[in-house]
Amino acid sequence: MDLNTTWFVLIGVLFAGYAMLDGFDLGVGALHLFTDTDDERRIMLNAIGPVWDGNEVWLVTGGGALFAAFPNVYATAFSGFYLAFVLLLVALIFRAVAIEFRSKRPGRRWRQSWDVGFSLGSVLSSLLIGVVLGNLAWGVPVDARGEISGSFLGLLHPYALLLGATTVALFTMHGAIYIQMKTEGDLQRKSRLWTRRAIAGFIVCYAATTVATLVSLPHMTERLRNQPWLFSIAALALLAIANVPREIRRGREFRAFLSSCGAIAGLMGLFALGMYPNLIYSHPFPEHSLNIHNAASSPRTLRIMLVIAATGVPLVVAYTASIYWVFRGKVRLDRTSY
Amino acid sequence: MDVLLLSRIQFALTVGFHYLYPPLSIGLGVLLVIMEGLWLKTRDPVYHQMARFWTKVFALTFAIGVATGIVMEFEFGTNWAAYSRYVGDVFGSALAAEGIFAFFLESGFLALLLFGWDKVGPRMHFFATCMVCLGAHFSAIWIVVANSWMHTPAGFHVVGEGLAARAEITDFWAMVFNPSSVQRLSHVLCGAWQAGASLVVSVGAWYLLKRRHMEFARRSLRAGLVLGLAASLGQLATGHASAVGVARHQPAKLAAFEGLYATTTNAPLNLWGWVDEAGERLRFGVGIPGLLSRMVHGEAGQPVRGLAEFARADRPPVPLTYLSYHGMLGLGMGLLALNGLAAFLEWRGTLVRKRWLLWVLVLGVLGPQLANQLGWLAAEVGRQPWIVHGLLRTSDALSPTVTAPMVVTSLVLFGLVYVLLFAAFVCLLNDKIQHGPDAADLAPAGKHALPDAGRSAG
Repeated sequence: MDLNTTWFVLIGVLFAGYAMLDGFDLGVGALHLFTDTDDERRIMLNAIGPVWDGNEVWLVTGGGALFAAFPNVYATAFSGFYLAFVLLLVALIFRAVAIEFRSKRPGRRWRQSWDVGFSLGSVLSSLLIGVVLGNLAWGVPVDARGEISGSFLGLLHPYALLLGATTVALFTMHGAIYIQMKTEGDLQRKSRLWTRRAIAGFIVCYAATTVATLVSLPHMTERLRNQPWLFSIAALALLAIANVPREIRRGREFRAFLSSCGAIAGLMGLFALGMYPNLIYSHPFPEHSLNIHNAASSPRTLRIMLVIAATGVPLVVAYTASIYWVFRGKVRLDRTSY
Repeated sequence: MDVLLLSRIQFALTVGFHYLYPPLSIGLGVLLVIMEGLWLKTRDPVYHQMARFWTKVFALTFAIGVATGIVMEFEFGTNWAAYSRYVGDVFGSALAAEGIFAFFLESGFLALLLFGWDKVGPRMHFFATCMVCLGAHFSAIWIVVANSWMHTPAGFHVVGEGLAARAEITDFWAMVFNPSSVQRLSHVLCGAWQAGASLVVSVGAWYLLKRRHMEFARRSLRAGLVLGLAASLGQLATGHASAVGVARHQPAKLAAFEGLYATTTNAPLNLWGWVDEAGERLRFGVGIPGLLSRMVHGEAGQPVRGLAEFARADRPPVPLTYLSYHGMLGLGMGLLALNGLAAFLEWRGTLVRKRWLLWVLVLGVLGPQLANQLGWLAAEVGRQPWIVHGLLRTSDALSPTVTAPMVVTSLVLFGLVYVLLFAAFVCLLNDKIQHGPDAADLAPAGKHALPDAGRSAG
């Protein structure tokens, strides 16, 4: 595997890591308003309390790695999707500070306002992430200078919105399973219902996305058609998705959660396979596409970054794993809780 | 207004607002390590109470720091796309290193610091506190390295021409240790320690004035004064080193700092004055003759280059640079005097009776914050018209596709959100201070319980 492909994969891993980890935080946010007692809302917040911050770092680091490895993609995408990214920032800010602020005052209005901020911030973040991915898959009008010329409303075409809805449904399912795993009693009973509905919603969206992609985006499936063994990845993603309701029915939440992680990884893998070697596909001018070669940093920098990644990633994995281990088990409120 | 000015205002607003919080986290981080270390060493419950209380304040500042920090990373791409293309190869690496080495460390161990008091043993908890503090410092290291490269670029070469030109790394360590990294980093860290220390001092002094939580207040005040005094003294050395570095590598910036138009020997260090940009001179200047020459070159006979040597297009905006630099300098000296006096009186044991001084210390929390903001303003405005000194002009760094209405929209949005955040932050901080330390923390329970308490309870 050449250096540029390695970085394509590594950035994919960082963003897939973000989707698997912060995905359930955002899903918990989407479900936050579906329970109305203060204690249950606090339990949901504290289920993600110790980990959401570290989970968001995957996005920050993925962004930094994209900046360093493929600066042209970073510049084109962020300036081309200007308002979408500004809204994503505002949504992520609300999500973050709402978690921290909400339970620090007893007032009803105070708490309700931050509850709404937390939930809307989470849903809007998921939706925008999906819309951006949808546009990347669909193709964006990159001109000869390598800039995206288009308006914010132009980003909201049906395919992108479908991918947005799919992302919201996927994260909601992921979050519901997480809540079911981390709670007990009444809240857990409620979360079972959420999980069932979210799975159904996600499967409908997933089927629609698959059909729409097969029908209208031949460039996204070209690689699979040329190298049929890659269909095994599509099959694995499908199996992981199918396994989620199966594990839930048997009451094995942890396995369902792992399956859901597998589904996210599989879908991100399919997305990456469809895009490769492009990072931004230009439609209607495919020759202007930004790919792993014309958008990359120098080989020397990519090598330096590889050393940084090789040093840092084992450490990151080690302390991420230990934190999840320390905070394993059902959530209980105490005086340090949110 | 044009896109350039709007984008600069937006970046200044978002980074300025963000920078209210990381210095507090860095400074409080050091104090948390000291307090919890003293608790483990002495087993005196007041230190436990202090560690618990200040951890909660730390959590508040940290959360806003994280939430507002991600904005800048996105803004390099959204508003400064041409800059990102030009520097990605160099600047991007430092940013990615910050993510890998600092943010994961900080955020991972933060969970233990905040929620782990009863999940892990006291030693492990102390270790987590140290790691969070270390992570906060790592984060400062990488971002200041990246920023310093924009002032004194090194370890790179320029490849390509015209619009396709960009900087690429030739020597990673030369990039990291570029000529201004170490001085600027140490200057920034001292400023951050001052900010954290002054918050602790301020709250301590306020409790003393209100005669509440006396023991807690006294010891918080002392810890803050020690760190604050050390950091204020450090500012003398690091500030001097930074200025000498600026004189060597960014002479136009130094001339703007001092409002010096004509190249002169025996150049004065100005204490007072008003820049007349049109008339190209400093009015009402009151300075110490020869001191600038002496500080830059070690002897008064050496000339200091004035702004007249630079084309108008290569000069920074002089009045703003001059005022922010001198504002920072004045505040820095004032803080040193305040800290020195308060520390001396506390050592003599008479500080508690000097109510006027306690009130000054209460308000003193604003000093380092203002000085930090002014310092960055001087550093960044003084670098203009360059975004990367000598290589890329700020006006050539914008995103070609972003229009003024788009930036107005985002600017208004960020403005509103930040006003709301700041109001909420002030409310919550005030709640926390009014509530004060928990009396329950004087009798540590669970894994932090004292051996005697454990026996009597068992």
